[in-house]
Amino acid sequence: MKNRLLRAGLGVAAATLVLPLLTACGGDDEPTLVIYNAQHEPLLKALAPEFTKETGIEVELRNGKDLELSNQIVQEGKASPADIFLTENSPGMSQVEAAGLLDKLPADLVAPIPEQYRPRSGLWTGFVARSTVLVYNTDQTDEAAMPASLLDLAKPEWKGKIAFSPTGADFQAIVAAVLDLEGEAATKAWLEGIKANGKVYDGNNLVLEAVNSGEIEVGIVYHYYWERDHKESGDVSDHSSQYYFSNGDPGAFVSVSGAGILKSSDMKTEARKFIEFLVNEKGQQILADSYALEYPLNPAVQLEGVQKPFSELQPPAVNVSDLDAKKVVDLMTEVGFL
Amino acid sequence: MGEATDFLWRPRIGELLWNTVRLLVLGVLVSTAVGVAGAWVVERTDVPARGWWHGLLCAPLAVPAFVNGYGWVSTTHAVQSFPGAVMVVSLSYFPLVYLPTVAALRRLDPAVEEVATALGKGLWQVFWRVTLPAISPAVLGGALLVGLHLLAEYGALQLLNYPTLTTAILQQYATVFNGPEATLLALVLVTFCLLLLGIELLLRGRRRRARVGSGARREPTRIRLGRRRPVVIGGLALLAVWALGVPIGALVRWLVRGTSSGIDWGELTGAASSTFVLALLGGLLATAAAVPVVWLAVRHRGLVTTAIERSVYTASAMPGIVIALALVTVSIRAVPAVYQTLGLLLVGYLILFLPRAVVSVRSTFELVPPNLEEVARSLGCSGPAVARRVTLPLVLPGLSAAAALVALAVATELTATLLLAPIGTETLATRFWSDASSVAYGAAAPYALALIALSVPSTWLLARLSMRSR
Repeated sequence: MKNRLLRAGLGVAAATLVLPLLTACGGDDEPTLVIYNAQHEPLLKALAPEFTKETGIEVELRNGKDLELSNQIVQEGKASPADIFLTENSPGMSQVEAAGLLDKLPADLVAPIPEQYRPRSGLWTGFVARSTVLVYNTDQTDEAAMPASLLDLAKPEWKGKIAFSPTGADFQAIVAAVLDLEGEAATKAWLEGIKANGKVYDGNNLVLEAVNSGEIEVGIVYHYYWERDHKESGDVSDHSSQYYFSNGDPGAFVSVSGAGILKSSDMKTEARKFIEFLVNEKGQQILADSYALEYPLNPAVQLEGVQKPFSELQPPAVNVSDLDAKKVVDLMTEVGFL
Repeated sequence: MGEATDFLWRPRIGELLWNTVRLLVLGVLVSTAVGVAGAWVVERTDVPARGWWHGLLCAPLAVPAFVNGYGWVSTTHAVQSFPGAVMVVSLSYFPLVYLPTVAALRRLDPAVEEVATALGKGLWQVFWRVTLPAISPAVLGGALLVGLHLLAEYGALQLLNYPTLTTAILQQYATVFNGPEATLLALVLVTFCLLLLGIELLLRGRRRRARVGSGARREPTRIRLGRRRPVVIGGLALLAVWALGVPIGALVRWLVRGTSSGIDWGELTGAASSTFVLALLGGLLATAAAVPVVWLAVRHRGLVTTAIERSVYTASAMPGIVIALALVTVSIRAVPAVYQTLGLLLVGYLILFLPRAVVSVRSTFELVPPNLEEVARSLGCSGPAVARRVTLPLVLPGLSAAAALVALAVATELTATLLLAPIGTETLATRFWSDASSVAYGAAAPYALALIALSVPSTWLLARLSMRSR
C-alpha cells in the first residue's frame, strides 16, 4: 500500500516536471533566434533581455566552449539549428569560417568595430577583446622582475617559474600571434622553451589559482580572470597582480571574441539586428557594465574600473585573419603539448 | 595509417598511457581495499553506531567527483600529483565497492565463517579463504564500476592537473580540426575497457552463487574490537571528513565569501528540476534496458549472450563528447526531427550509463536461484507469471539500486548534456561548470550544493537497499 502510494506520487511528480520540459522544447508560435554561445554566460544573460526588449525578437542560447560548439556546428553543417555563433576567442570562429558555413556581414553593420578586429573576409566580426597578461605572485616577485617580452619566458632563468594552460582556444590564439609575428622556427623554439620551463594546467582559472596560492611565480593568462576574482572575493587574486607587456610585443596581443551569422539561418534579418545591437553603443555599454570585464571594441564605449583601460594597451599589429589555428595545433602537437 | 602511428608513437602518448594505467590500477585497488575494509568493519565487528557509519560511508556517492576535486585543490595543492589523484578519486569512488560488499556480507550465511573459525582458522585466514571468495562477485562488480568510472573521469582529473587519455581526448576536441586524433585516442581507451572486462570475467569464473538454504539467515556473531576500537573509529572518522567534510567545507566557504553568490532562486530551481527529471528518466530507461541483457547473460550463459553483455560496456569507456558528437552526426543526417530533443539525449545517457545498470542488476540476478523459477513453472505458472511473481520481487532491490546509480551519473553528466539537450535546458552540472570556469566560485557553489542535496535520495536508497538481508 505504502509502496503503491509512493509510486503514484513519484509518477505524478515526474509528469508535472516533464511536461514543462517537453513544452519548452516543443513548437513555440514565435520564431526565436538561436544563438550558439561560447562566450561566458553572464555576458549574454545581460545582453539578450535588452535586445528582446528593444526589438521584440526572442533569443535562445545553447552554451558551450568555443571549440566544442564550433566542432558541433561543423558536424551539423547545413542542417544546423543555429542562427548566430558567438565565441570567446577567434580560432573556433575561423574553423567555422573555413568550413564555409558563415554568411557575409554587411560592411556598414560592423563599421563601429575597428578594422584590425575584423577578418578581411568580412564573414564575422570581433565584439569584445581580452589582453594577454602575466599574473604574478606578489609575495614571491614584483613587477620589476617581469620580462620585457613574452618570448623571454623561454629563457633558462624562468625554469620552474611559469604556468599556463596550453589546451583550449585561448592559449592557441596567443601562440597564433607569436607565429604571425615571429615566424615558425622562432615559435617552435619558444614553445619548446616554455615547455621545459613551465608547469601546465588545464584551464586559465587553475593557472590563476596556482599563482595566487604561491604554487608558482608567474602565469600567462588573459586579464579578466584576475579582474573578475578581484571584484568578486579576492579568493584567488589577493596575493597576485597583473603585468601588461607593451611596445607591440607578442605578449601584448589582444585577442577578440567573434560573432557571425550562419549561412543556413532562416532568420538572417533578425540575426543581423542582433549583430547590430551587439556592436552599437548601447549593446557595447551593456557588455562593459556586465561581470565579464572584457574590453568593448566600439571606441565610443570604455571599460571602467580595471587595472588598465583599453586605450593604454599597446598591442602588436596582428589581423585576426592572419592567425593560423591549424599550424598552431600542428606545432603544439609536435612539441608535445597536445 | 603511417600518420596514425606517428601520432600515437610519441613520448606524449606514452606519458598519457602510463598515467592512465597507474591511476587505473592504484585507484581500483585503493577504492576496493577501503570499500571492503569499511564494509567488513560495519558488518562484522562490534563498532558502535553502525547505522551512522553505514550512512557516512555511502554518502560520498552524493558528492560528484569534480566537486570533491575542487574542494581538495582549494584546500591543498599537494593533491595535484599522482598520489593526490589516487587519493581523491578513491575517496569519491570507494562507495561503489562498499555498497555491494555490505550487501553481500549481509546475505552471506555466517555459518560458513563460523565453521572455519571452529576449525581453528584465525581472523585473517577466515577473511581471505572463506569470506572474500564468497563475496567476490560483489567486490569484483564494484571494482569494475570503479574502473569504468576512472576511465571516463574528466572533471576531477582536470582539476587535479593529472593528464590521462580521457583528458587528452577532451583537449583534442578543444583544438581546431581534430577529428582523427581524438578518435584514435578513444580507440585506445576502448582497448583498456576490453582489458578490464576480460580481467573481471577471468576472476569471476563460472561458479554459481545462489544460496538455497533452509530458513532464515542468522545475525553473525560480531568480532570484538576491544583495544583496537579507538583506532577503527578514528579511521572511519578520518575517511568521512576527507570524503565529505573537505568538499562541503570548500563549497560553504565559497558561498560565504563570494559576492557573485546572490542566489537566483528561479534559475536554481529550474536547473534542479530539469536535473531531477533527466536523472529520473535516465535511471528508469537504463534499468529497463539492462534487464533483458542481464537475464540473457545469466540464465542463458553462452558465448553470444556474454558477448552482448560485454559489448554494452565498450561505449561507456569513451568520454561523453565522443558519443555525443557521433549522435549529432548520425541524427542530423538520418533523423533530423529528433535532433536536440529529450529523446536523443536519453539515448546518449543510455549508451553512456547502461553498464552501470547492468553491473547492479547482474549482481542481484545471480543471487536468484534458478531452481525457484523452475519450481514455480512446475507448479503451473506461465513464463510471464514466473517473472512477475517470483523473479521480479527478488530482483526489485537490484533494479532500484541500478536506477539510483544511473540517476547519480546522469545528474553529474556534462558534455553530452551540453551538446544534445533541448535548447535552453540548464542542469545543475552545466551551471556549476559554466560559473566555476569563469572564476565565479561564489555563484557556482549553490549549484554544487543543490546537486549534492538532489543526490541524497538516490544515495539514501542505495544505502537502505544494501542493508536489506535476503
